[in-house]
Amino acid sequence: MSGKQTVRLKYACDQDKSVLINNFEARGWIPVGADDDWNFYWANVQSIRSVFSVDSGYRLQDDQVVNHFPNHMELTRKDLMVKNIKRYRKELDKDNNPLAEKDETGRFVHLDFIPQTYMLPADYNLFVEEGIGIFLVNKLSQLKKWSRDSKTSNFVPPTSKDTYVISKYIDNPLLIGGKKFDLRLYVLVTSFRPLKCYMFKLGFCRFCTVKYNASMNELDNMFVHLTNVSIQKTGDDYNAVHGGKWTVQNLRLYLESTHGKEVTDKLFDEIDWQIVHSLKAVAGGISNDRHCYECYGYDIIIDDNLKPWLIEVNASPSLTSTTSSDRIMKYKLMNDVINIVIPPGEPPEYDEDLAQSDPITVDPKNKLGPGAMGARGIREPKGRPSPATWK
Amino acid sequence: MFLLLEVTACVQRSIFLWLERPDKEQRDLLSRWTELGTDGPDLSQIRPVYAPKDFLDVIMALQNPNYNTGDSTGTYTLWGLVQLPLKLNDVNKLRLLYSDMAINQCQTGVDDVDIPPEMFDADRMKLGRKVITADHGPLAQEYAKKGCPISLRGDLWCQILGVIIDEFDVLYYEQLKSNVIAHDLLVDSLLYKDVKLTATNDDQYFVFEDFLYQILLPFTRDTDVLKHFGKNSASPPKSYIRGKLGDENFAVVYPPNGVIPFHGFAMYVAPLCYLYQEPVKLYYVFREIYTRYFFRLHSISSHPQGIVCLSLLFENLLQMHEAELFFHLKSVGCQPLRIAFKWLVRAFSGYLHSDQVLLLWDRVLAYNSLEILPVLAVSIFSFRKTNLLKVQSYNAAEAVLADLTTLQVIPLVQLSLFSK
Repeated sequence: MSGKQTVRLKYACDQDKSVLINNFEARGWIPVGADDDWNFYWANVQSIRSVFSVDSGYRLQDDQVVNHFPNHMELTRKDLMVKNIKRYRKELDKDNNPLAEKDETGRFVHLDFIPQTYMLPADYNLFVEEGIGIFLVNKLSQLKKWSRDSKTSNFVPPTSKDTYVISKYIDNPLLIGGKKFDLRLYVLVTSFRPLKCYMFKLGFCRFCTVKYNASMNELDNMFVHLTNVSIQKTGDDYNAVHGGKWTVQNLRLYLESTHGKEVTDKLFDEIDWQIVHSLKAVAGGISNDRHCYECYGYDIIIDDNLKPWLIEVNASPSLTSTTSSDRIMKYKLMNDVINIVIPPGEPPEYDEDLAQSDPITVDPKNKLGPGAMGARGIREPKGRPSPATWK
Repeated sequence: MFLLLEVTACVQRSIFLWLERPDKEQRDLLSRWTELGTDGPDLSQIRPVYAPKDFLDVIMALQNPNYNTGDSTGTYTLWGLVQLPLKLNDVNKLRLLYSDMAINQCQTGVDDVDIPPEMFDADRMKLGRKVITADHGPLAQEYAKKGCPISLRGDLWCQILGVIIDEFDVLYYEQLKSNVIAHDLLVDSLLYKDVKLTATNDDQYFVFEDFLYQILLPFTRDTDVLKHFGKNSASPPKSYIRGKLGDENFAVVYPPNGVIPFHGFAMYVAPLCYLYQEPVKLYYVFREIYTRYFFRLHSISSHPQGIVCLSLLFENLLQMHEAELFFHLKSVGCQPLRIAFKWLVRAFSGYLHSDQVLLLWDRVLAYNSLEILPVLAVSIFSFRKTNLLKVQSYNAAEAVLADLTTLQVIPLVQLSLFSK
């Protein structure tokens, strides 16, 4: 934890969230508006567009940092993420990289981590918003029925930019206590080329409040299948004390006790690798603006073979806290993010040498732990296509 | 016995102790067996029969009428709440008993975390696997004295407790389950209420809510549990068929297993849910742990590991080693036992982090003794001494000791036993 900074930086913040504001105030920073001269801007996805837009955008000074990359949607929009990952796989395959090893059925051994996904042409008018636009379909005809029955008065004619994603639903999720859950992990990326990413040690699992039931007639029951807390919160069984959330430590304890250490370690190892692959897949496409960093929220589901699947990546993971332990965790997350992006005691500044060299050792009191470590045995490719460093 | 009065009071309010379920309800319950957490019975009329603090009041009132304290001013009265002169282990005997936990010996729970695995953890795992293949209870018990690695713990506990599941055991459990389906007991509502009040609100155990019902409900029908009353100076509560109060010919043990659940009973099961995925195994392990150790935590007896002696041991150790703290707390109106009692009764389940509870219970099983519970309680007071010495009221003291989830159990015990 940093004490008061010797330099009182100016910050602008689009979200009125206590975990953010408390961190700023603990450092003695000065709040300013988004149009003023700030050093640190925590922006919404919408306002970041105006910062970087061709017409209204402005050049960022050397002492300014902002919390999104200009074209983060290469990773955070599901259709683009899928496209990038598929392209990344093809490239590795063409280069005969050992990472692209395939098994007898032709499936990738190491790179198969997104559920089968299809992009739809824009004939179907589906709203895409948090949880409200996630529909479960078991027949393609249902889709057609929805688009016909759509009662919206403001029918927007499909544009070429609209694509819709259909993912094969993972119907064998790992159940704990009979309940389905997903994993939320936080990853901070300070640079894409070279890749520098930090994995936050404290993630959490979000549980559905209702028993998981794979039968068809439960498909309509949102509470059974969707783990978004915003949906679960409205269910009858939602409990505000724990918010249906478990720490990753508890998950580890449970998995190690019931399944053994090797498979649990392998699972978490695979998760680390999936995150790294997803970042490497988009690293080429994201503009590596040196004023940018981003804290992503990774959503991962584990199936009952203890294989993780990457569901999606969020550019703006929710900073609302549902329980007190939630608030503490998100406060620590923000604290570590700020400490890494702006090392305590110094204003942000662009250092040519620093940008090219390896990052300095992380303060051991940080909750952020090292990401994927070096020696991996057979999975380490002999020659890496691009230099990737991470801590 | 005051418990039975509470329960029979329910009879007068025409809530039945024991009711046969109609067929439709039976089928419905069977289909919902794995998700009893949703749509439980109406619990608004139910409150727990007693809580640990009520139990403490009873213990405080215990006195030995034959004991002459020496003089009328009672200069030999003990400082604490428990006023019974019972023979206990003192700290030197405890050090001998727990000698395998000394600071100079590596322990799981301390030394498997920060030091590189080659130094301790890898060998420990290898040894653990050999112990498991040997399949010998006392050997597993000896191994567990230094703690069980997480992935081996489930098997080791089964071996220590002698739990081997065969088809008869599975059948027996199914039999209990069908008993649950066939008859509705008032005790079920008590258990529902208990789970809803404790485990469902706990962010470590809420996930396992449905498992808890699958364990606790059959548990109440299990008459095998009555055997443990041979070791217990309590006797199971009895009830009488309607209209035949007092006639021994019509007396039945109620509930069938003789154990009336109190507030927090479900927490005896909750940490075990981390270890076993199948309800049948979980059931037998719980039953064994309960009938060996945990029943002593809520029965009044002079047994050296009964709750009365454990409470007295706690107070004695605290008085001897932290006399200043004890006196300060007593003078601000806070008897330390009042805070520590609930930890002891629940064997710290629900107060510590789940992995710490399991490490603690490793030692309970390994050393075959519950004495580690008061030792840990003393070490917690010792650890938070600086803040406790500043409090001026009972509530403030409680607040200092309210959150134990960040504590590491094994270093604390080592600190208090082996570093004075």
